[in-house]
Amino acid sequence: MKILVAIKRVVDHNVRIRVRPDGSGVETTGVRLSMNPFCKHAVEAAVQLSEAGHGDEVVVVSIGPKTANDIILTALAMGAHRGILVETDAELETLAIAKLLAKVVEEENPDIVLLGKQAVDDDSNHVGQMLAALINRPQATFASEIKVNGSELEVTREVDSGRETIAVPLPAVVTADLRLNTPRNAALPMVMKARSKPLAVRPAAEFGVDLAPRLVVEKVAPPAERVAGKTVGSASELASYIASEVSQMEAL
Amino acid sequence: MSTLVIADHDLGQLSPATARVVHAVSELGPIDLLVLGTDTANIAADASKLAGVAKVLTAQSAGTADADAAVIEKLAAGYLYVVASAGSVGKDRMPRVAAKLDLMPVTDIVDVLGPNRFTRPIYAGNALQTVTDNQPKHVLTIRASAFRAAANGNAAPIEAIDAPVVSAARLIASHRTESDTPDLATAQIVVGGGVALGSAEKFQLIEQLAKKLGAAIGATRAAVDAGYAPNDWQVGQTGKIIAPDLYIAIGISGALQHLAGIQGAKKIVAINTDPEAPLVKLADVALIGDLFEIIPQLLTELDKAGVIR
Repeated sequence: MKILVAIKRVVDHNVRIRVRPDGSGVETTGVRLSMNPFCKHAVEAAVQLSEAGHGDEVVVVSIGPKTANDIILTALAMGAHRGILVETDAELETLAIAKLLAKVVEEENPDIVLLGKQAVDDDSNHVGQMLAALINRPQATFASEIKVNGSELEVTREVDSGRETIAVPLPAVVTADLRLNTPRNAALPMVMKARSKPLAVRPAAEFGVDLAPRLVVEKVAPPAERVAGKTVGSASELASYIASEVSQMEAL
Repeated sequence: MSTLVIADHDLGQLSPATARVVHAVSELGPIDLLVLGTDTANIAADASKLAGVAKVLTAQSAGTADADAAVIEKLAAGYLYVVASAGSVGKDRMPRVAAKLDLMPVTDIVDVLGPNRFTRPIYAGNALQTVTDNQPKHVLTIRASAFRAAANGNAAPIEAIDAPVVSAARLIASHRTESDTPDLATAQIVVGGGVALGSAEKFQLIEQLAKKLGAAIGATRAAVDAGYAPNDWQVGQTGKIIAPDLYIAIGISGALQHLAGIQGAKKIVAINTDPEAPLVKLADVALIGDLFEIIPQLLTELDKAGVIR
């Protein structure tokens, strides 16, 4: 069985981002970038499936500038076998990303495609679902558990009402939620070994996909700031504040 | 040309999110509301009451993404806008629908500025992006908590559509969280608890306070990961987004990812031992101290103040 994992390089989730004063976007230069947290769960899931005998090969693909190589190396150090960088300096929309990934899927023919459920920069939560649509395969999004059951996957998904378990025939697309696993930190020998694993760099243009954006981003603005509050000294003061808020609500 | 809105429903009831989605897109044209599922007569009847709805459509579905998306994709031919809430169903189905239609969706919309201009949060709500969508058709998801609900009083006709159910995926089981508290995403008051509660048993303190206030219950990712609260109570960037009139955060320091989920709250109350905690600094009113002492006192004081909801 072959597993393809798609990963994204984003502003590190611990960085407090800054909106550029001219409204053109979020400042990403001079800011720490790392693998999107959800993508880490996807890589970990793929490596665990492989270790359990369900994946002979784990291939990792990322789409982005040359520097995105560093997260592919991280994934290789975690245990993936081979990397592909689809190189582009353009900021692509999720639809274009999904189309590029569909081309990679066509070439690689994986049984399982794993992705993070969303990237913490654009918070889109699109690509897995779009890819599944484009390759006309079933999807299991927001996965918190994955079991291989013959030629099917049994996936438990986190949904608004709790959890649900679905079965999807392979090949299938799965997107990882946070409680799927605990991603490993690669030990130094694995990091050294990652450098000798195959990593192909392919220009995005060679896939023959229309990458032009469909949406026009007019501006990016910071959210409204909240007014500073006060501290009260006792539970009874707090209770009367809550009581007055509640009575205001009921007056409406 | 009109709008197709996909209704949300749960346990045979129309979800409160749908009235908000209908209201959010009511300026864009007449709305047909699609109810997908089995045994949806009651849901369709409630849906037909929403102001702005021209027609309610019902169709069978297996409750899986590929089944729902196939029906929506087929119907989309007759509409200019195809819209759902940004809940776990809409997030799952709509990007699939969009890709099938070769459209880039605009998702998690918090403001409708015009027929093709929308605002959506990025970076966990730390930035707001305004986009223009010049595509011939629009696939949208709406953050329900950012909008008011459409009024009731309509009586739109209900029409069953005969669409074949085609699904490669199969629903095996639902593991529901049993709770009689209000819907978190649309609740007027939310009481949230963090990992400071220390155990699932002690987390019941949060539930007690929530019950007294008729509030929904929220939790941080850490509290859910620790097993103190079920996953569908998680509030934050990757959990539910809330916008109550009052949010009471107890033992929550305020990680960036949690703050992302509560930015829409009108008033925030924080109870915490740490006066420097980000959530305490953000709160309208904070009480510094031990939550295990404060909550029982607060319950008594609320009784004294005659707060019953």
